[in-house]
Parts: sequence; structure tokens; C-alpha cells
Amino acid sequence: MQFKTIVASVVGALLAFGCGEDKAEIKSPIPTADAAGEIRIVGSSTVYPFSTKVAQEFKNKTGYNVVVESTGSGGGHKLFCEGVGARTADVTNSSRRQKKSEFDKCAKNGVTDIVEVKIGFDGIVIANARKSAQIDVTLKQLYLAFAKQTPKSDDDCTLQNNPHNKWSDIDPSLPNVTIEAYGPPPTSGTRDAFVEIAMDGGAKKITCLAALRKEDKKAFKAVARTLREDGKWIDAGENDNAIVQTLVNTPSAVGIFGYSFLDQNADKIKGAHIGGVKPTFENIAGGNYPISRSLYFYIKKANVAVTKGLKEYALEFTSEEAWGPGGYLEEIGLVPLPDDVRAQYRSAVENLTAYEQ
Amino acid sequence: MSAEANTSIHQTDQALGRLAKRKAKENRFRYAGIAAVVIAMAMLGWLVVSLVGTGYTAFFQHYLTITVTLSESDLDPHGARDADQLRTANYRKVIQQALYSRFPDVTDRRGKRALFQIVSASGATNQVRQMVYQDPDLVGREITITVPTSDDVDQLLKGYIDRNAPAELRKVSDRQIEWVDQVVAGGELTREFNWRFFTAADSRDPELAGIAGAVVGSLMALSVAFMLSVPVGVGAAVYLEEFAPHNRLTDFIEININNLAAVPSIVFGLLGLAVFLNFFGLPRSAPLVGGMVLGLMTLPTIIIATRSALRAVSPSIIDGALSLGASHTQAVFHHKVPLAASGILTGSIIGMAQALGETAPLLMIGMVAFVTEIPASIMEPASALPVQIFLWSDSAERAWAERASAAIIVLLLVLITLNAVAIFLRSRLERRW
Repeated sequence: MQFKTIVASVVGALLAFGCGEDKAEIKSPIPTADAAGEIRIVGSSTVYPFSTKVAQEFKNKTGYNVVVESTGSGGGHKLFCEGVGARTADVTNSSRRQKKSEFDKCAKNGVTDIVEVKIGFDGIVIANARKSAQIDVTLKQLYLAFAKQTPKSDDDCTLQNNPHNKWSDIDPSLPNVTIEAYGPPPTSGTRDAFVEIAMDGGAKKITCLAALRKEDKKAFKAVARTLREDGKWIDAGENDNAIVQTLVNTPSAVGIFGYSFLDQNADKIKGAHIGGVKPTFENIAGGNYPISRSLYFYIKKANVAVTKGLKEYALEFTSEEAWGPGGYLEEIGLVPLPDDVRAQYRSAVENLTAYEQ
Repeated sequence: MSAEANTSIHQTDQALGRLAKRKAKENRFRYAGIAAVVIAMAMLGWLVVSLVGTGYTAFFQHYLTITVTLSESDLDPHGARDADQLRTANYRKVIQQALYSRFPDVTDRRGKRALFQIVSASGATNQVRQMVYQDPDLVGREITITVPTSDDVDQLLKGYIDRNAPAELRKVSDRQIEWVDQVVAGGELTREFNWRFFTAADSRDPELAGIAGAVVGSLMALSVAFMLSVPVGVGAAVYLEEFAPHNRLTDFIEININNLAAVPSIVFGLLGLAVFLNFFGLPRSAPLVGGMVLGLMTLPTIIIATRSALRAVSPSIIDGALSLGASHTQAVFHHKVPLAASGILTGSIIGMAQALGETAPLLMIGMVAFVTEIPASIMEPASALPVQIFLWSDSAERAWAERASAAIIVLLLVLITLNAVAIFLRSRLERRW
């Protein structure tokens, strides 16, 4: 008896599931996606906190459902460029500018009119434990500390494996502790920005590398942007809270991450001064702190007609209440753009002006 | 005499020495076993204590009672009382005014800004916004509401921010602490149970975030996974074990099933992306797709568990049934499967528990996402409980730590409930012979 009920329920469940699935498949092409009508946002994990904040405010004001996926900048552009229509991402967040290759791939898939919006700045800090010595480095010293291969001297560009074991090996004024850095992995946009700004910037300060840069940009990038692999630079994964914890437990180590993590953990860690400039909100906003990057989002113009509320979302993001000085994005750590730049991108959103690569 | 003979063999010094050695050996094994259990329990205990220690405070939240004036000139200058217009009005100003009138001695710009940071900016404004949206007649009146404090004030009152630390090292300034102390003394700031944590969807602000969206998403995905993998898995196992001919093909299938059980779960996510999303065109981030991926992932576990449960049934049962004239099919379904039910159930529950804790495959199909609504159907975008924990633990604000711990506690409770149900069903189903 009992087995019959079991078999019956198993078969029943199978049938029910089979049917359910069929229906779902028949229904699914465009209409369901349309009916759900949510705004789809993908991309950078650095922009994610700001994007979700706007999504939340926008939802409160208008009732539109917004889905923000944290896929990383590269993953975001890939999804964004898959094509146009309700089934594709409407917006991608990016912690760097869209690359030429990504722009071309978009065009190939019919994503031609893209509106670019720069939303603000974000500083990248080099921090160590509160109780450790204050670090004050220049970009050149950072390069010498973290590059895989360094030139023998300023004028002799013969490369050698990075000989610096301690910070004081680079310059006696630096602390006498072993170099040990916990930084973002290669998949991270923060890593891209760090090597592009700090490592390139530091390498440029070395006379012979500056000469190399003029002759052969590729070779220069290879020298400047390859981080050491001898255990002094440690890829610490995407979780910045974990890095902060590591720094507290390892007083000799430094960590590399976004400014907001320094701001939130000021009682545990302190930021290294770069060229004498302290990483503060004011210094990043004023452009004095050298390692800061711009954050962006990109709107698929073709989707504005398909996805209800998409343009309004972008308008909410670019409203003074959100991204202006004193706006709610500044409250959570976004460094606002200068007035004229904000006005320029605001009008790009209002008129949906496509950008040129 | 005989006693003497016995002693001569078993009680010689060598024999006693060997005996003592053997006993010592056995004891050593027993102590090692106990030690292993103690270490495992200590680890578990430590995990639970540290989780509960950091997480329990998230079940409470501090609220501030303020009186706000919904002046017509601010919210509805044209007097249209249009709900949609009222929804987009500037409610930040309303809350700011309420705080300024509570603390009239704060006049400087910086002070005003710091004062506003005492309450949850998003939570307070939205609370008033939704009230006015629901009932436009409130405009022009003065209402008293209870709003969540900001995460920093909440953390301060929970003792996570050290009052005695130098001012530049903490997120809350001296003036803010002074204001908070004033409202605490005045009874305007109270500590209440954090219902929002269980009823709200995800939020960007720790003080407003809830797990309801993630729990619903997880349960939906899990039911889809259950409906897919248990019937298919049990059916496949019964067929392979009892009816399929033993040849190279079935051997090949068996090897493949065993291999699939060890495939990293992200691979199933890639499969889901390629097949369910790109080929069948199912929506991204939907619990339906998540459940199908998780179902595929648990399928091998269930097949293997079911097969070993079937194998464990005594052959004499089948022999008895066959000798009484039952057909092979009858013997299997009337006797073998019911007797193996408890083992099958255990396997299924282990598979489901595994699926509940999985994040990696969900990444590929877009369920690692911030969703502003609690999903109403399996086709709507949703997140999942482990995904929520992952996203929260990766956020900068200090208050997320306790929320993430609390979400882990909830996840563990769901798992314990699942296992308890399994044990209950198993004890009901188990038959001894």
C-alpha cells in the first residue's frame, strides 16, 4: 500500500514538474522578462555599493524593481555587450573606462549607442595596522617595492629580480620592516587601477624607464605592471574586510584596497601617505592624492525604449540629491565630480548622447 | 589442579604482560576516538559561540522617536495631492527639519549634517515617504514616528564603537554621542526587536537590510531542486540497481555518475548558463533556473545514496517475496524500496543541505545580486541566503559583520530544521526485521 502512495507521489511530482517546466519554457521568451520589467544592472563590485544605493532610493520613489549584479567590471562589459533587448543588461557599472576591445565587441553585437556616465572618484589606499609605523612613500618607491623586475639604477635599465626585501632597502627613511603586501587579485578592477596609476606612475619616475616608455609602450607596460611573484605581494582575494583583519594581525604587512574600507576602519588601520599626501576624502576630491580613479556606468540606449524606468534610474543617479556634494552617495563614500563635469554628464543622460571611444 | 593448569597458561608473566599491552592498545584507540570527537565538538562550539556572539545583536535595533511636520509647502506646493508626485518629494528635508527642531541649539552647517547622521537617512525618509504615498491626507499634519537610527549610532549603543577612543578614530563624533545620550535619557531612543531583519528584502543600509528576499529565494530554488532531483535521482538509482542489465554501457554510466558527484559546483553554474539561459532562454537570476542548477548538482549524490541504501536491504527479503510468487518488479517496489526509504531520505536531505549552502553555481546564472523586492514567483529575480551572507561580509560598513553573522545563524537554523525533519521521517519510516 505504502509503496503505491510513494510511487504515485513520485510520478505525480515528476509529471507536475514536467508540465510546469514546459509551461515555463513556452512562456519564457521575451514576454515574461518584459512583464517582470525590472532594470538590469551588472558590473563592477566597486560601483556596486553606489549603484545599489541609487537602486534602493529609486525603488522607494517609483516602485520600479532594480536588480544589481556584482560581476566585476570585465564580466559586466561582457554581459552588457551580448546584445540589445529586454533580455540583456541595461546598464553596466565599471571601475575603469570601457576598453576599445569591449566597445568594438559591443558594436559587433548591435550595441551601438552607449551613453557613458562618469560618476565620481575613488581612492586606492595602501594601509597598515594602526600601531605600526606610519608609511610615507612616493610612487617610485611603491614601484620599487612591488615590481617583479626592477632596473639596476635610474640610468641603467638592465632588469634584475626585485632585490628589495625590506622597505628600508629602497630608502633608509622607510621603516625597517619586511615588504609584505596583501592586494586585490588580477580579476579585480582595483588591481587594474592600482597597476595603471601607481605602478606606471612610479616607473615613469625612473629616467631610463621613462625613455623606454617613449620608445616602446608595450615593453614599458610589461616592466611597470608585472607585480612580484616571490611572495612579497600576496593576492588576497576580493574580500577587503579579510585584508583589514589580516593587517590587524600582521603589523608588518600593508594592504591595498578602496578608500571606503580605510574610512570605515580608521580605528584599526591607517593609510600610507603618498608623496606626503594623506589619503582623506578632501585630498581625493581635490585631486591631490595621486592614486585615485574614476568610476563609470554605461547605459544601453536601445534598451531605454524597452525597459521602463531605465532613463529615470539614470536621472536619479545623476541628480544633485544623489551624486552632488552632500548627496546620499557622498554619505557612503563616493567622491563627487567637479560641478562642470557633473553638468556635462547630466546633460548626456538627459539627451541620451552616445559616446565615442 | 585445573585452576593451576589455567594459571600456568594464561597467568604467566608474559601472558599478563601481553594482556596489559593489548588493553593499553585498546584504551589508546578509545582515547583517540574520544579526543577526535572532543576536538570536533570544540571546533563546532567555537564556531557557534563566535557566530552567536557577534550575530545576536543584529536581532535588536535602536529606534528613535521623532515628530515630523509634513508641511504642504515642502511636499505639495501645488496642493494637487497626487500620490505619485508626493512619492518623489524631498523627504530628507522633512526629517532634517524634525531633527533641527528637536535640537534647536545646533545651528552650524557641520553640526546639522552630523545631526542628520544620527537617524537612518534612507530608512527615515522612506518611512515618511511611504506613509504619505499611502495616505496623501497626511500632508499638512504633524505626526510622531519611530525610525531606525543610523548603523553607526546603533553600533555605538551596542558597544561595537568605543566611546573612549580618540575622536578621529571612531565613526561617531563627540557631539553625536552627546545628542544620542540626550535622547536616550529622554526615552526617545529605544531598543526593539529587529523585525525588519526577517521581513525586509536586501538593502544598501545595514540598519534596513533583511533576509526575507534571500530566504524566499533560497526556499524557492530548493523546492525546484527537490522536485527535480529526488524523483529523477531515486528513479534512476532504482532502475540502475535493480533492472538495468550489467554491461559496458551501464558501467560507463556508473563511472560518470561517480565522477559528476566530484565535479566542482561552479561547473554546474556554467552548464546552467549555457543550457537554461542561453539555449532555453529562461530569465536570469530566477529561482527556477537556480533550482534546476542546484538540482542537477545534487542528482549524483542522491543516486549514489539511493543505490547504496538499496544494496543494504537484506537479499532474504527479496528472496522471500519472489518465493511467494511476487514478480521482480513487485518485490522491488513492495519490499525493497520501502525498506530503503530511510537511507534514500538521508541521502536526499544531505544533497539538499549541500544545495542550500551553495553560492558558486548561482554566480553564473545571476543570483549573486542585489534585489529590491521579495520574489513572488520562481520566475522573478531573487538572491539566495548564502549569496546574501557573501555579499554582506564583503561590504565596508562595520555593521554588516553582525548582520552577516545573524544571517549565518538563520542559515544554520534552516539546516537544523531540515535535518530534524529528516530524522523524524526516518524514524517513522525505518523498519527493522
